[in-house]
Amino acid sequence: MFEAIAFYLFAFLTTVMFFIAVTTTQALHALTALAAGMIFISAFFFILGADFLGAIQIVVYSGAVMALYAFGMMFFDTTRDVKEKNGNKYIVFGLSILAAVLVVVIFAAPMVTNNIVALHPMIEGAGNTQELGMVLFTKYLVPFEVAAVMLLVAMVSGIVLAGKKMDLSLTLMSDAEIIDAKKEQHKKVL
Amino acid sequence: MEIGLNHYLVLSTLLFAIGLIGVMRRKNLLLLFFATEILLNSVNIAFAAISHYYGDLTGQLFVFFVIAIAASEVAVGLGLLIVWHKRHGNIDLDHMSTMKG
Repeated sequence: MFEAIAFYLFAFLTTVMFFIAVTTTQALHALTALAAGMIFISAFFFILGADFLGAIQIVVYSGAVMALYAFGMMFFDTTRDVKEKNGNKYIVFGLSILAAVLVVVIFAAPMVTNNIVALHPMIEGAGNTQELGMVLFTKYLVPFEVAAVMLLVAMVSGIVLAGKKMDLSLTLMSDAEIIDAKKEQHKKVL
Repeated sequence: MEIGLNHYLVLSTLLFAIGLIGVMRRKNLLLLFFATEILLNSVNIAFAAISHYYGDLTGQLFVFFVIAIAASEVAVGLGLLIVWHKRHGNIDLDHMSTMKG
């Protein structure tokens, strides 16, 4: 009973938040609605008994990804209203067909694969985090390491792309130096 | 009132459709990124639900890797977006249709 109430409540909240995120014309409203939706999604993980994933969802999505977007938005002009696309008719048509096919496939898939057998069954008497760790560090060790290398590559590329001229500190420079730097920047951006 | 696998699949499909609407109608590239985050999250819900109802841990592991990939995608994408905005002063999708290098 409580599971049903929690499911419907969070389903409603998540849908509303994501709908606001894709329809609003204010970039800041979209960011806030998306962050709220991410936190509501973690509730589904807790209901489903995937406690570790719920915690990861809050820490990574609401903490890291949303903070990164918020910092990225400082570079852009976010006070302006976002213009919307009038739309290439063929793309909209094609994606609608694709979405319809997807719905059919999603509902047909469990019927087709009724005799599915668990590849890594839940381990008796272990918590969710322990179970995940046991499978992750035995069967999925190589993908785990590859994901770690990929995150390192992403971090390096983020620093290289966004962190140009970060060795200059405006608070430590004199006024003449700042004006010189500005002139240089106007001459050749990046 | 028992919540079954189909409830979660319906919710996941609904959120995926919202994400697709976002991808279709957004012009600003930053808000397009938001729509892709919604797509990834809807798939994560479906993975976790199937993992729970079939008693299989593989779904949860895939959610784990999807989250890792989403985090690195955001880092690289925002870096490229900032470079583009410094050069051209806007992040509209229509101005990126020609790749002049």
